Amino acid sequence: MADAVLYASADRLFLRKRLLAFGLPAVVLAYLAYVFFAFDIAGLAERARMDNARTLLADVWSYKTHVTQDNRTGEVVVAIEGERKGTYAAGTEPDWVEMDPEGTVVALGDGHAVTFLPAGGFRYDVPGYGPVEVRVEGREVVSNLEGEIPDWVSASGTRVQVETSHARISVTRNRTELFRYFPGWELFFFTLGSPYHGHGAGEILFGDRIDPTRSNLSGAWHDFWGNDMWRHADVAWALFETVLMAFLGTFGAAFVALPLAFLSARNFAPLVAVRFAVRRVFDFLRGVDGLIWTIVLSRAFGPGPLTGALAILLTDTGTFGKLFSEALENVDGKQIEGVSSTGAKPLQRYRFGVLPQITPVLISQLFYYLESNTRSATIIGAITGGGIGLLLTQAMITQKDWEEVSYYIILIVLMVMAMDSLSGWLRRKLIRGA
Amino acid sequence: MTHTDASFDTRAHYMALMARKRLYGGLVLTVFVALMVSGFMLADDRNAGGFWSGLPQILDFPASVIDDTLPKLDRLPGHVVRYFPALLETVNIAAVSTLIGALLAMVISLLSTRGLARWPRLIPLFRRIMDILRAVPEIVIALVLIFVLGGGPVPAMIAIAFHTVGALGKLFSEVNENADLKPVEGLQSVGATWLQRMWLGVVPQVSPNYFSYALLRFEINIRASAILGFVGAGGIGYELRNAMAWGQGRFDEAAAIFLLLFGSIVIFDQLSSHVRNAMIAKKGTH
Repeated sequence: MADAVLYASADRLFLRKRLLAFGLPAVVLAYLAYVFFAFDIAGLAERARMDNARTLLADVWSYKTHVTQDNRTGEVVVAIEGERKGTYAAGTEPDWVEMDPEGTVVALGDGHAVTFLPAGGFRYDVPGYGPVEVRVEGREVVSNLEGEIPDWVSASGTRVQVETSHARISVTRNRTELFRYFPGWELFFFTLGSPYHGHGAGEILFGDRIDPTRSNLSGAWHDFWGNDMWRHADVAWALFETVLMAFLGTFGAAFVALPLAFLSARNFAPLVAVRFAVRRVFDFLRGVDGLIWTIVLSRAFGPGPLTGALAILLTDTGTFGKLFSEALENVDGKQIEGVSSTGAKPLQRYRFGVLPQITPVLISQLFYYLESNTRSATIIGAITGGGIGLLLTQAMITQKDWEEVSYYIILIVLMVMAMDSLSGWLRRKLIRGA
Repeated sequence: MTHTDASFDTRAHYMALMARKRLYGGLVLTVFVALMVSGFMLADDRNAGGFWSGLPQILDFPASVIDDTLPKLDRLPGHVVRYFPALLETVNIAAVSTLIGALLAMVISLLSTRGLARWPRLIPLFRRIMDILRAVPEIVIALVLIFVLGGGPVPAMIAIAFHTVGALGKLFSEVNENADLKPVEGLQSVGATWLQRMWLGVVPQVSPNYFSYALLRFEINIRASAILGFVGAGGIGYELRNAMAWGQGRFDEAAAIFLLLFGSIVIFDQLSSHVRNAMIAKKGTH
């Protein structure tokens, strides 16, 4: 009889296990299938801009130098990334560009050479294919290619573009433009205006004075720090601002939340009504969430780090309030009794009976949130316009400075990892000390 | 004589020690407060609007939202219904990314736990991967993916899932470290493969803890997915940005979105803490 009951219960248990083992994955799969259609993942392939992905990937590890000829005046300008800040002054062009009013010659290496035609267009002896000549005739752009054009050439009546492994050249009526790609990040250390551009580290450290008016090291540092293409000084400041937001937000929240937590802990709060009210305040602060706080605060204070810091402070006051009051409810009453038996007043009881018990919990939570808030500060900065988040979104909006975007991403990741190790180290140090 | 001397010495020594400790404590506190104050002053300085000049205006925006909403209170339920699908999308983004993130985190955490790893030599590699995944803020991946994939929920989903793998992976591997190895050894002795050992020996032990961490993460991910919507990745955040852009006089729709967002965050917050508490209670009775 007892056996039958046991068997029956074992069977039920097995049935439940089996149901769970097959039912759970089935539910998960069904949900994923629903999301597949809800998010229109099938249509993603159409919407995805793979050309964007390619430019992005190419831009991350390489940069291009533009050689541009104004077809009306015949004037040729060489500029890195086509930016004014990266334009070579006349007479200082790189040696692969041979300036000539009769037709500038651009040597691309491996036998590839392009000669610009002063009236517009170019001649390009493509190795393994033959000469390609494109010229501007009146309003039209015409090429010598007849019949079947190869797929690396795209031609319409007004624009011809040739893309080979070594360069991309496009001709319109107004301009002839050649892009040549180089690996690396352009002008990362010195811009073309700096006398230190093109000098190696050894030369700057140990060589003769490059700029006679200042010592190499200070001059190089000054030019590097003030590099107006990469703006290293601004970037460093933005990183600092982000960390500042996280620091002020986290510790400010702790300062506000600690006294309030006493009011909302069951074993300390004198009045139920007060406890209830304070708890609802915490819930409200947490529930409104950083996003809405950021919006509300940026309306009042405008964009900047203070807004971000206060948004973090408000959200985390709610979080810390809840965590601290839970920690307070778990304190050991004996220690408080011991302190009060010596005749301690309430404030002394809290200071010596309670605080030492919750400090480890407090510190470990605080530093955990400090690291996580560094990430939040980046995100909030992108919304409110402060710190590295702002620089990141600014660089992304232009949709062409992807090398800067990747630089910022690397810096953000390094910053968060550094904050992670720093807060971990401090946590261990302080908890052991306490 | 020696006795009193010794006790006197101890007392003096103790007092000196306490005085020094207090001095240090006070010093640290002073430095810290000074840092906070100067930090706030610096941040105030760098802000577009000042703190003291902005403080009186802090309620202006909420007030104008309420002013816009009150006369059109009858339309509020309509707005709530209209924006509910967007909210659903935000919650779905969070749910899918938590689900996928948790599954991947499970694998990578098992691969990076000493004693359980499939390839013990690769433990540092997997740990570094988790560190990097954890360090990348969601917004970074989301913005890059929006450029490539276009706006919509998918970039947000991938971005949050990435971060979730790192964050949960770390917590999961801490859980794994406390798992009992005897079932694993037992399974190994009968020739189980690594997958079988993990699935049958480890996962049943740790799954309640996994679940509780994943639930906590889900709550965090709802907030993250709302924020990512604000920078262009679909869902309620995107609608909120549009509603804000219409400006004063039409904030009633923004009010509906605020309500939806607030309500859902509170509901999921309460729900997850309730479930977690119930699980802890259940674990206690067993």
